[in-house]
Amino acid sequence: MLSLELALRYVISRKRPMAMSLLGIVFGICFFVLTQAQTAGFEAFFIRTILGTNSALLISDRFQNSDGVVHEIDENGRTRFLFNSREGSRYRDGIDHPEMVHSALSDYPGITGVSEVLRGHGVMHSISNKSSVELHGIHLHDHQKVSDIGKYVSQGSTNRFATDPMGVLIGSRIFLKLGIQIGDRVSLSGGNENIQLRVSGVFESGVNEIDKNRIYLHLKTARSFLNRPFGGAVFQVSLEDPGNAPAIADQMQSFLNHRVVSWQEREQVWLDVFKALRLSSAITVSTILLLSGLGIFNVFAIMVIEKKRDIAILRSMGFTQSDVSSIFLWQGVIVLILGIILGSLLGILSTYGVSQLPLRIRGIFSTDSFVVHWDPWHYIWAALISTIFVTVATWIPARRASKIEPAKIIRETN
Amino acid sequence: MSVPILCAHNLFYDFEESGNSVPVLRDLSLDVKPGQVTSVVGPSGCGKSTLLYLLGLLDKPESGEILLENNSMTQASEQKRTEIRNEKIGFVFQFHFLIKELTVLENVRLPILKSGKSLQSANAQSEEILEKLGLIDKLNRPAFKLSGGEQQRVAIARALSNSPRILLADEPTGNLDSSNSDAVFEILNEFAHEGGITVVMVTHNMDLAQRSDEIIRMMDGRIVT
Repeated sequence: MLSLELALRYVISRKRPMAMSLLGIVFGICFFVLTQAQTAGFEAFFIRTILGTNSALLISDRFQNSDGVVHEIDENGRTRFLFNSREGSRYRDGIDHPEMVHSALSDYPGITGVSEVLRGHGVMHSISNKSSVELHGIHLHDHQKVSDIGKYVSQGSTNRFATDPMGVLIGSRIFLKLGIQIGDRVSLSGGNENIQLRVSGVFESGVNEIDKNRIYLHLKTARSFLNRPFGGAVFQVSLEDPGNAPAIADQMQSFLNHRVVSWQEREQVWLDVFKALRLSSAITVSTILLLSGLGIFNVFAIMVIEKKRDIAILRSMGFTQSDVSSIFLWQGVIVLILGIILGSLLGILSTYGVSQLPLRIRGIFSTDSFVVHWDPWHYIWAALISTIFVTVATWIPARRASKIEPAKIIRETN
Repeated sequence: MSVPILCAHNLFYDFEESGNSVPVLRDLSLDVKPGQVTSVVGPSGCGKSTLLYLLGLLDKPESGEILLENNSMTQASEQKRTEIRNEKIGFVFQFHFLIKELTVLENVRLPILKSGKSLQSANAQSEEILEKLGLIDKLNRPAFKLSGGEQQRVAIARALSNSPRILLADEPTGNLDSSNSDAVFEILNEFAHEGGITVVMVTHNMDLAQRSDEIIRMMDGRIVT
C-alpha cells in the first residue's frame, strides 16, 4: 500500500499531464460505447423488424428426391420423419401436408408460434389506381404469435380484419398509391380470379419491400383466390431464442424433409453489413484509446526521468525493484479506473442524448429517432481495450524505473 | 579492542567511461569500528563516494568482499541486500533527496513503513526522531518548503528513523553553510556516541573530519593512511 500511497501523490502532483491522459481514456471509452450503442442499436432494431415481419424460421418447399424417408405416426399420435441425402435434392413448391408438419412442430422445443402462410401474387385495384401486390393468406390469431403485425397497424385495426372474412391489411405504401380509405372496397385480380376486399387496416413495418408490396388476407380467402384449396403454404415459426435459429433450422430440415431457412441466413447480407460497421467503428474509436495510451506512455516515460532521484533514494532505503515498478503501475491503475468510471458515465449520458436526437429512417426499418442498444458488453469491451493500452503504456516505463541503478543516479547527482 | 561492524577486503571497482574501463578502487581494505564517526577524506575522484555505495550495498565491487557484522555480503541476493539496506543502513547524501510530494513526517516514516511496521508505530517513531532533531513543529509541512539546513536534518531523520546500525553520509554538509554544517555534524556525532550508531562520513570539510573519531585518507582508489 506504500507504493499506492506514493502513486497517488505523484498523480495528484502532476495534475495537468495526468488530466490530459485521463481525458484521452474518458473520451475513448465514451466514443467507443456511443458508436457501439448506435451500430448495435440499428442492428438490433433491424433484427426486431425482420423477426416481427418474417419470423425466425421459414419452412417452405418440400424435398422431392429424399432417400430413406421414414414417416410414421406413433401410438400417441406423434408424427415422426427421418430423411437422408439432402445434396442434389430438388424442391417441390410449398408444404404438401401442413397439418402433419404442424403436428410435428407442436412437439418441438423452443417454438413459441407457428403460422401457416399461403403466398401469391395479384393486382389490387382502387377507383383511381392499381398496384401489384404480394398477398399473404394467414390465420390472424396464429400470425400474431409469430409476428408484430398488430404493432405495425397504423390505421384501422386487426380486430376489424379478424371479423371481416373479406378484410385485407394493406402495406402503407400500397395504401398511399391506391389513394383509398379504411373501409373502402378494393378489388384483387390475378389469373381468372377477381375478388372484392374491404380495407381493414394499414400496416407500416418500415421495410420498403414489405410496405410497398404486401397485403394480408384470411387464409381461406387467399386459397380461394389462388385456387389452391390444399397445400402450397409455408410456415413462419417464432422461437424462444431467435439467436439459435440456424441450429434449429438445420435440425428441423433433417426432421421435416422441408427446406427451413433461419432469419440469419435470409438476412445475411444486412447482418454482414452491420457487423462490418460495428467492427470498423470499434477499430476507429480504439485509435483514440491507442493515442491516449501513447500519451500515458509519454507522461510516464518523462516522469521516470524526472523521478530518478526519488527512485534512487527509495531503493537506498529498502524499496525493491518491484516496489518501484508498482509505484508507476499503480499510477496507471488510478488513471485507468478513473478513466473507465468517467468514460462509462459520459458514455451513458452521450448514448442517452443521442437516442433523443430526431432521425427519420425508412427502408430497412422504421424509426424517427436514433436507435441505441444498451449493452454492458460495450462497456466491458471499452474497459478491456483501454486496460490493454494503459497496461502496456505504463508497464514499459515502470520496468525502466525498476532497472534504475541507485548508485549511478546518486553519483551523477552529486 | 572492539570488533569491526563493517569490513572491506581487497575491493576493486572500475568505471565504464566511453567504452574504457577506468579503475576507481584498487585493492582497498578497511575496518569500521562500531559506535564511532569515521570520516573518509581525499581529493575529488579518488573513490570516496564509490566506497560508500559499496559499503552501503548500493553497488557491487568487481572483486573483493564486504562483511557486515561479520557476514559476507558477496553472495547476498539483491532481495537480501535490499532488506539489509532497509533494516541496518541509513543513507544521507549531499543533496537531501526528499520526496517533494510528501510532508516531512511522510518522508521520515517511509523506511519504517517499508520494514512492515504499522502506520501508528511509524508515526510515533518518526515523531520521536524529528523531536530530537528539532523538527517536530514542521511535521506536516511539505518537505520542499523547508530551508536547506532543515531539509538536510529531515534527510538525517529519515536515514535514522528505522534505527539502523550504520549511517553512511556522502558529503552531508556539502551544501550547507558553516553553522548548519556544524549542526549536522553534531547530530551525527551525538547519534554515534549516545545512540551507538556507526557513522561513516565522506567529507571535504577537514575541520569536521578532524572532529571525528577516525579519519581514512584516500588517494587514487587506495587508503593512504
